[in-house]
Amino acid sequence: MAAASSRSYGIIAEFLTPADIMHAAEKVRDLGFRRWDVFTPFPIHGMDSAMGIRNSKVGWFSFLGGVTGYTSGMLMIWWMNAVDYPILIGGKPMFSPYGAFPPCYELTILLGSFGALFGMLFLNRLPRLHHPLLKHRRFALATHDRFFLVIETSDPKYSETETRKLLESLGSRHIELVEE
Amino acid sequence: MAEPLSTVQVQQPSGASQPLAIYAPPPELRREPLVQNERGIGWISDAIAGVAEGKTPLWWWIAFLPSVILMTVCFSMILYLMSVGVGVWGPGHPVMWGWAIINFVWWIGIGHAGTLISAILFLLRQRWRTSINRAAEAMTIFAVMCAGIFPLIHIGRIWFGWWLFPIPNMYGIWPQFRSPLMWDVFAVSTYFTVSLLFWYMGLIPDLAVMRDRATSTLRKFFYGLFSLGWTGSNRHWSNYEKAYLILAGLSTPLVLSVHSIVSMDFSVSQLPGWHTTIFPPYFVAGAVFSGFGMVLTLLVPLRRLLKLEDIITVRHVELMCKVTLATGSIVGYAYAMEFFIAWYSGNPYERYAFINRAVGPYAWGYWIMISCNVITPQLFWFKKVRTNMVLVFILSIFVNIGMWFERFVIVVISLHRDFMPANWGYFRPTWVDILTYMGTFGLFFTFFLLFLRFVPIIAIAEVKGVTPQADPHHPLGGAKGGHH
Repeated sequence: MAAASSRSYGIIAEFLTPADIMHAAEKVRDLGFRRWDVFTPFPIHGMDSAMGIRNSKVGWFSFLGGVTGYTSGMLMIWWMNAVDYPILIGGKPMFSPYGAFPPCYELTILLGSFGALFGMLFLNRLPRLHHPLLKHRRFALATHDRFFLVIETSDPKYSETETRKLLESLGSRHIELVEE
Repeated sequence: MAEPLSTVQVQQPSGASQPLAIYAPPPELRREPLVQNERGIGWISDAIAGVAEGKTPLWWWIAFLPSVILMTVCFSMILYLMSVGVGVWGPGHPVMWGWAIINFVWWIGIGHAGTLISAILFLLRQRWRTSINRAAEAMTIFAVMCAGIFPLIHIGRIWFGWWLFPIPNMYGIWPQFRSPLMWDVFAVSTYFTVSLLFWYMGLIPDLAVMRDRATSTLRKFFYGLFSLGWTGSNRHWSNYEKAYLILAGLSTPLVLSVHSIVSMDFSVSQLPGWHTTIFPPYFVAGAVFSGFGMVLTLLVPLRRLLKLEDIITVRHVELMCKVTLATGSIVGYAYAMEFFIAWYSGNPYERYAFINRAVGPYAWGYWIMISCNVITPQLFWFKKVRTNMVLVFILSIFVNIGMWFERFVIVVISLHRDFMPANWGYFRPTWVDILTYMGTFGLFFTFFLLFLRFVPIIAIAEVKGVTPQADPHHPLGGAKGGHH
């Protein structure tokens, strides 16, 4: 790991418009790069297919959260009101799924929402408060009005000279190496 | 005709291709842009983030100090209530539910507009929501906080508030889940939590904007911490947008359920005036109506004070007025239908409850409600009214007054004349009731003003995304023309 400090993380190319970065991403995707990404101030419509990203898996986390919320709600109410501490209220049954439904509905939504947020953070490996790109001088513009394409040095197709030439040919005027 | 925008080749059935010129639509068919004056995406960052940067303006302090004082009044009143007991409030036989429950329903109703804007309008692909959703969601969270105070303090012995939740206790007893009041505990706490999650998730990319602009170490640290290391990576955006869509999809049935369950607190009982099936949809429409009233009350002056007229445009205000008109008309219809059913049911107690509303000792409250909620929104049919910001501001306040009186009518008028004339009474609030309610405005505005100073008040990334500069297929987004 001692050598890592002098190694570079990747090559960063700056673009000025969403159309430029989109065409660049399509090209990089078609050339078969694996460890690369696009950084934009807002989600660009159509960028997922331009990068070849498949449908996000966040839905599964949310679904699991929702199922957990509903079943645990039903079990909790049944156990509390019919098993552990039964009280008769107005001749109603000790447990009925209809009366128990509203709290379970809310718990479905509550845990489904936790699933969506924390699933998103987990899939994105966030929070990550330290990232080589965040140290880069120009990268702060990625949240302002610039668009960046980064190819990591760990990509099998990466080559210091060829990749730079490729990014130049895609119309980037500003290409730099990012230190690890 | 002017120059064509572009020319495309159209394939004829015969196989030959023919050029077809595409012209810009005539002026009357053109849509007002969502961000005016063709502002670039960098300008959007500067304008919105700039609100929370730089020197604190004088008007902010002028608004903040009285808010903090009022908030202190609220907490002092709660302390007084805790030390003396609920007898310091007006409720007593026969009106056992008073201002606390009115204020609770009123505040939580206000919250509903925030979720409608952030979730339902998102699912309906109403792109204009991006300019107002952040502030409206903040309004939701602070309104639900104000609302949540009341059920907690109205139980009398506040230190037993945790008995509302299924937490094991030394007596080995559990909450009773067949009661709508218990459903309410789950609905309101879920609503608060999910609104907060949704709001925070929307904030992550914008807090990263603030982090990247920050000049002081303290701001860099805190914005850096709360933006969780967001980089704007498209692989992240992909998961983020999916999670946002799911949260919108979950918040939509949530917001509809919250006020429905609040209405069941009333309608599941057997009291004339409360025991009606129209309550859930009628409460939800009223909630959205009052919430939009509050959004207009807040944003119409703010767009001017913060110089954000290019982002919160007159078109946005007009569209909000139209939602107010639509929901206000539903509310007016519900009032009429309630009266009709009271007559049609043939139930003398039900009939009496409604006639008593209109001509009884509280008729003044009923007619304030009708004039503010049924007549006021009808003025929004006129474009001249919708585009007059001063008038919109005044009418939006009437909407909120009217909606408070709607809950007053439902709670107090239905209770004050019981089945037996011996049980009739006239409810009057005490000074503690009034100051506690006033105090919640202090709480609300203190939080809202702090929100203005520290958090981007408009969703920066989302507004950028709806400009033509952000569209890779638009000439302003860098598209070179030709096919795509």
